[in-house]
Amino acid sequence: MNTPKDLKFIKTDEWVKVDGNTAIIGISYFAQDQLSDIVYIEFNKEPGESIERDQVLVTIESVKAAADVKSPVSGKVIEINESLSDTPETLNEDPYENGWLCKIELDNLSELDDLMNAKAYDEFCESRH
Amino acid sequence: MFIPHTDKERQEMLKTIGKDSIKALFTDIPESKRFPVFDLPKGISEMDAYKQMSMLADANNSCEEMISFLGAGAYHHYIPAAVDLLLQRGEFFTAYTPYQPEISQGTLQAIFEFQSLIANLTGMEVSNASHYDGATAAAETCITAYYHFRKKRGNIILSPFIHPHYLETIKTYLQAIVEIEVRIPNISKPADFLESTRQLVDENTALVMVQYPDFLGNILDYSELSSFTHENGSLFAAIVYPIALGMLKSPAKMGADFIVGEGQSLGLPLNFGGPYLGFFTTRKIFIRKISGRIVGETKDEDGKRGYVLTLTAREQHIRRGKATSNICTNQGLNALAVSIYLSLLGKQGLNEVAKQCFHKAHYAASQIEKIKGFTVLNEHPFFNEFVIQCPSNVKKIQSNLLKRGILAGYNLESDFSSRKNQLLIATTEQLTREDIDFFVESLREATNV
Repeated sequence: MNTPKDLKFIKTDEWVKVDGNTAIIGISYFAQDQLSDIVYIEFNKEPGESIERDQVLVTIESVKAAADVKSPVSGKVIEINESLSDTPETLNEDPYENGWLCKIELDNLSELDDLMNAKAYDEFCESRH
Repeated sequence: MFIPHTDKERQEMLKTIGKDSIKALFTDIPESKRFPVFDLPKGISEMDAYKQMSMLADANNSCEEMISFLGAGAYHHYIPAAVDLLLQRGEFFTAYTPYQPEISQGTLQAIFEFQSLIANLTGMEVSNASHYDGATAAAETCITAYYHFRKKRGNIILSPFIHPHYLETIKTYLQAIVEIEVRIPNISKPADFLESTRQLVDENTALVMVQYPDFLGNILDYSELSSFTHENGSLFAAIVYPIALGMLKSPAKMGADFIVGEGQSLGLPLNFGGPYLGFFTTRKIFIRKISGRIVGETKDEDGKRGYVLTLTAREQHIRRGKATSNICTNQGLNALAVSIYLSLLGKQGLNEVAKQCFHKAHYAASQIEKIKGFTVLNEHPFFNEFVIQCPSNVKKIQSNLLKRGILAGYNLESDFSSRKNQLLIATTEQLTREDIDFFVESLREATNV
């Protein structure tokens, strides 16, 4: 699995990329693969709104299911990837780069301590197969 | 009868759940209540049953044998014979969208045609495959608006001149969502709704909804109300009488985000109250939030035209617990009847029906006004329905006219305590000038004592 080493993960298959005080949020390759063809993305938060950890950030709809994307961190939403509304398939094609969902200004850096690194996440995915 | 399970399968299922008999599943119900003996008469022959049922059926009065001025949401329009003839074809006999939809291309095409016709009639971009009735469609509109704003706007403002049964249905629907507050201003003049909306509206208002023409028959231009609603960031909806759209400007031109209504007028018999059909239309941007089914046209791998259920994610299949509504059925056969009716009439035919309804109502109103003690109360233009103030007890007038085979209209006091001795009178193309003259004469005689 080509899981980027600079990302951190939670068990519900969201990833976080930390850049200073900003966290970029997305869903993992495993998540998009399980969902299959993604057809619709609904942002539950707009830039400027604050979000708690585990609150629903985005709802993703595929031809098979609708899934909530939970925020792995607390903070203020500063940007959402609006281009995904027109091209939701980007999430399938490129979940770790162009398929990012939101940028969040972190409230509490210590929340990052609980997250899995890429290796631990890969193992976790293996264990679910 | 359709019994899918064999005895062997039943035994296997019982074994799985650890029960030895089906009877054992009912142990929670007190024994005395389990298999009650009903006090029923002895069975009778088919011939005797037929006679008894016919007798009961004959005790009903039907609009076919009467002169009806009764409307208030359901109207006695003429249904061309071809509607029933085509509808009775066995291929169409399903009440619903099929469970394995794409195998039933004919059914899907019929629904697609229905959607296209309704979208054309209302002037909206999208129509769903239909709902149970107009009241359901109105309630689903409120839910759609609430979810459009991601539950952040919990206020819904309804005109008190919406059909009272619709208002009840909406309130019943919405009581399950405690965050929604329904505001219905207590006003007596339809023109005051704009002003009361200005007072009631706030940043939490999701939807403002009116009826067109309203329950009392009034035609108001809602353009200003609609723009005001939009300036506030809220959505605007209109419940319409589809026949009226054969003649009147559609609320789509006033900026409505949703146009919904009761489709019974479009080729469905009165049927003592149902089954009817609700239609639901909106703009493309709301398509992800609406309930019900939508059939789409597409091409198969050979490039041939085909139909699919599209955006089924709205309900159980995909969104499940996250669905905004769990209505995913439609009125398949009734939608087909509507499609046949509209196709037979065409634009010109519908316009003709609408004009006749309009002119007959205005003729009736002008004649009734000539009777001593009667006044037409509508202060606005009206379509095929209007309110009259009667000089004496309405129930007596109604029963008096019933003896002459006339349904004298709807007693408004049953919904509005302040509207004493007021009748809501409706006309359709089925009434002749003689019928109207006879009605007017009967009103005169019934009150001239």
